[in-house]
Amino acid sequence: MLEYFTIFSLLIDSTLRVATPLVFAALAGLFAERSGVVDIGLEGKLLGAAFAAAAAAAVTGSAFIGLFAGILCSVFLSLIHGFACVTHKGDQVVSGMAINIFVAGIGPTLALAWFKLGGQTPQLSGDARFSPLHFPGEEIIANIPYIGLIYSEVLSGHNIFVYLAFILVPIVSWVVYKTRFGLQLRAVGENPEAVDTAGISVGMMRYKALFITGLLCGFGGAYISIAQNAGFIRNMSAGQGFLALAALIFGKWKPGLTLFACLLFAFTDALQARLQGVSIPGIGVIPVQFIQALPYVLTVILLAGFIGKAVAPKASGIPYIKER
Amino acid sequence: MTSSLNKIQQSKNNSPKWITHIVVPIFNLLVALLIAGVVIYFNGDDPFDALLLLIKGSFGNDEFIGFTLYYTTNFIFTGLAVSIAFHCGLFNIGGEGQAYIGGLGVGLVAIYLGHLSPFFVIPLCIIAAIIFGASWSFVPAYLQAKRGSHIVITTIMFNFLAAALMTYLMVEILIEPGQQAPQSREFNENSWLPFMHEIFEFFGIQISVSSLNFSFIIAIIVSILIWFFIWRTHWGYEIRTTGANQKAAIYAGISPSKNIILAMIISGALAGMVGINEIVGVHHRLILDFPAGFGFVGIAVALMGRNHPLGIFFAALLFGALYQGGAELSFDIPNITRDTMVFIQGLVILFSGALEFVFKPYIENIYFFIKNNLVRN
Amino acid sequence: MINTATANSKNIILDIKNIDKWFGHVHANQSVSIQIEKSTIHGIIGENGAGKSTLMSIVYGYYQADNGSIYVNGKEAFISSPVQALNHGIGMVHQHFMLVEPFTVLENIILGAETGTILENSLQRARTELKKLEENYSLNVDPDAIVGELPVGIRQRVEILKALYRGADIFILDEPTGVLTPQEVEHLFKILRSLKKQGKTIILITHKLREIMDLTDNVTVMRQGKVVTNKATKETNKEELAELMVGRSVILSVNKKEKKIGREILSVNNLTILDEKNIEKVKNISFNIHEGEIIGIAGVAGNGQTELLEALTGIRKINDGTINFLNKTFDNSRPINAKEIRKDGLAHVPEDRQKMGLVTAFSANESGILGYQDLSIYKGKIFLKKYAILKDMYNKFKRFDVRPSNPILKTSSFSGGNQQKIVLVREMDQEPELLVVGQPTRGVDIGAIEFIHKQLVELRNKGKAILLVSVELDEVLSLSDKILVMFDGKIVGKINQKDADEKTLGLLMAGAN
Repeated sequence: MLEYFTIFSLLIDSTLRVATPLVFAALAGLFAERSGVVDIGLEGKLLGAAFAAAAAAAVTGSAFIGLFAGILCSVFLSLIHGFACVTHKGDQVVSGMAINIFVAGIGPTLALAWFKLGGQTPQLSGDARFSPLHFPGEEIIANIPYIGLIYSEVLSGHNIFVYLAFILVPIVSWVVYKTRFGLQLRAVGENPEAVDTAGISVGMMRYKALFITGLLCGFGGAYISIAQNAGFIRNMSAGQGFLALAALIFGKWKPGLTLFACLLFAFTDALQARLQGVSIPGIGVIPVQFIQALPYVLTVILLAGFIGKAVAPKASGIPYIKER
Repeated sequence: MTSSLNKIQQSKNNSPKWITHIVVPIFNLLVALLIAGVVIYFNGDDPFDALLLLIKGSFGNDEFIGFTLYYTTNFIFTGLAVSIAFHCGLFNIGGEGQAYIGGLGVGLVAIYLGHLSPFFVIPLCIIAAIIFGASWSFVPAYLQAKRGSHIVITTIMFNFLAAALMTYLMVEILIEPGQQAPQSREFNENSWLPFMHEIFEFFGIQISVSSLNFSFIIAIIVSILIWFFIWRTHWGYEIRTTGANQKAAIYAGISPSKNIILAMIISGALAGMVGINEIVGVHHRLILDFPAGFGFVGIAVALMGRNHPLGIFFAALLFGALYQGGAELSFDIPNITRDTMVFIQGLVILFSGALEFVFKPYIENIYFFIKNNLVRN
Repeated sequence: MINTATANSKNIILDIKNIDKWFGHVHANQSVSIQIEKSTIHGIIGENGAGKSTLMSIVYGYYQADNGSIYVNGKEAFISSPVQALNHGIGMVHQHFMLVEPFTVLENIILGAETGTILENSLQRARTELKKLEENYSLNVDPDAIVGELPVGIRQRVEILKALYRGADIFILDEPTGVLTPQEVEHLFKILRSLKKQGKTIILITHKLREIMDLTDNVTVMRQGKVVTNKATKETNKEELAELMVGRSVILSVNKKEKKIGREILSVNNLTILDEKNIEKVKNISFNIHEGEIIGIAGVAGNGQTELLEALTGIRKINDGTINFLNKTFDNSRPINAKEIRKDGLAHVPEDRQKMGLVTAFSANESGILGYQDLSIYKGKIFLKKYAILKDMYNKFKRFDVRPSNPILKTSSFSGGNQQKIVLVREMDQEPELLVVGQPTRGVDIGAIEFIHKQLVELRNKGKAILLVSVELDEVLSLSDKILVMFDGKIVGKINQKDADEKTLGLLMAGAN
């Protein structure tokens, strides 16, 4: 019994760690898409932030400067997206794809030129990384059965980003549903014309939303390179931006449901790592790839309208052009 | 009087085709190269040296040209794939996955039927690439046409599904017995496509050994076929109508959903043909991750080539040169690698895709300025 | 300031003076002056394109007038955006509601008028305010209902509430009853009257005479960009207004011989069509067309003509009733296929050539085969016959005098009239048994109009049937053998051409009886 409980605790522990960048990126995407801008460039922003954060941390030795650099880079990329799609009314998907590919190339290029390590940044350690926070009394409580496990494995011992990501969900929820900014944000993604006639600038709202998108992706990317890992390596975001996009769709563009989707997707990842080569009685060995593919399969099924219906913000993907 | 007025009005509204189809793409490319040059400069290298080395590394001798054309082959397939979807108003980001699955089809034929006569097995490989690639785009196409699920998202998801499926198959099923590396056994030689140096040798001409193989000729033939299909058949006409004006299509009795599915099936088939070049053309075994981003290069190729097979050929050649030259370049300038080419590719997509109209008015104004002044003088 | 004296004597709240507005070569408003008294309902009536909506868009700040000025309460107002209009107390209820569907009523009302960071305060204030407003104006709206789930009539009340909440004194309503059921119309009128009682001023833009007579105190009639008359409603009557509205412009002379009609080509029986929102757009109509006959459908745009055309040509499905074409019968379970019906001899010139009739991005010869792309004259076993198409188009362009006569040019580089000729020649050249044609001369210059009219009459003289839908009354009057008037999805009149005159038609079009 205790053995299963231990396994379960460890599963939850790794789920939380894997979910963190997804939560940041998905909430970032929530702002963009709620404002009517489709953002398939989450992946690129995560990767860009990961690179900038690791590079800055490697040079300065400060994780905080790294984080700041990551945010700066991600916001810059987000504003390029805005320049192309809001100011010039370009195709949002093309722009997002361009950013993904651009970042995938420039990160390793600069890393190679700066650090001469074959497209990576140096291994980070000490103050150049964010290390796990340990709650007081962890060692003492750890010995208490069950509760100790929950306290030491599930609650304590995570990176500050992990806590931040989970605190962020109610904050985003509050901003989106309870503030004036949130009301205007949701309106501009549904009916920009109504917003325009109400005297609110559609372009400005979208830029504000994209700024926040950049900001949050910056946290997500920095987490990947200077907290979860110790440095930047090529393509280290590994599709997490797309997975976050899937979680956002799965969460129907709502913060709470999106968190649930992120956790679900992260759990499948934790599970497949656990089940690698393990034979389950009565079923046998489940190929890990099948479990890995689960989030994508679920998202496709959802999009097809077979389980519930994912209704995107009505104006998303359409550049706003004044009719009058 | 009226007709001359008409003419003036036209020249005002419409600059000649070569401005839109040649000058603007080249200008966009130059902007991308300029930015890349600045980055290279700040990395401490001479961008002009780099450019020279790049040209030498891609066209400097017959071996380099061979490798350049080998990459070009892949980019023709994926560029055409993206373009035919564009003609129908769709954005197919799934080229990567479709190429992967297309390669699976090729590999399965080569593994299980590779002992048959080459005249039988090679056409079978091509058909398998087409059918497998098309099947991977059919589901997203069907969901878009009949259930309105956004094709961009579903094709992204299908890229990941393809990757998961292939990893499973390579690791668990198709792996060469007794081997650690997840790759299939080498195919029977009957299924190998002839290399170009072998074909030339047959005619008594010696050229350097490269990866360039018969697939290049297939790509050229397919390009011509696609050109005829898009511009000279009523199927192509209906696809283009659906993409350009869906209301007009419905008015004309053209079914948008039928054409969405048709365009995407062809798109997937074209992407799947990358598998011919890679699997029976070069590697002669199924390997992991062989599409290596070629599907995404197709986006840049299609945008730069203005969705026209001829434009796509030149854009594919350009990217072929970037890939091959970039690889050679890294021997001389270690700071410049394949990654640098990926980054240029991203810039090309940005400038000739999302920002395509930013420079166009300026270029047109310059054109009209020059033209009007020349006329006056 | 000079204006204050006159304003006081009649208490003018909104004084529109000599407004001019050009759109390219179109003079949409020509020195328009209207004075609107406080606490009245002022109707502005006119046909499509009379300039009513343009004028109100200027008042609401969407457009800037090229000339002229607007005074609110005796002071000159410079209105360059809807927000400024609201600052001057002018609110608008749009034809297409400016509402965010997934939002609650309350959220919609405060959008853009919120204060502070936290929404709750604004919402609370709005809730209290709303209660007051509702009691005063019998608006009956649940503030927590989701707008997307509300019927159209209630959504319109939300729009009114929005304007009220923003402190509007002057309400502009643009064709407010077009989307409402009769019961909802009654309720709206009740609301408008109570608004007036509370001292608000209402400007009602409409083409429906009944609404003018029932509701308004004063009425302005506009025609072709000009004000024809300003009158107190009680000093006029429906007949006079109808006459003023349609005017007495010269009927373009069309040389049309008497012609004996032949066999029946099309019969429509009890046809009912719903739109995407399940609103009945065509209500149980029946008519038929014979060989050698032009049937004209007159009516103000938006009274079901578009849906009728689309149903006849297989673009829209039939909800109830039947359509018989030649010897085939179609209904809800046997829908018309757009491709098939064309082959059977039904050609269609759609109302909107740019959105439907052509592909502007294509070359003209490609647009010239739209809908006929798989006819054997254009298509071989596999390939399109490029040269046959080119030659055919070249001949057609010559015959219809399309300029420039080069079919390789992009469709979008042709002028409106020439684009229309491309569509017409494409559809007429197949010698269809029935030509269904919508707004054949919209946006077409005079020379081309005459040419197009001549071609239509020639086709009829050849013994073909034509169904003509047009909002241009002149056109319907001069071309048709028989005229049907559509109003609110119904056929409200069937008149032979010789018995028809503009006054009767105008009354019917405005739903006067």
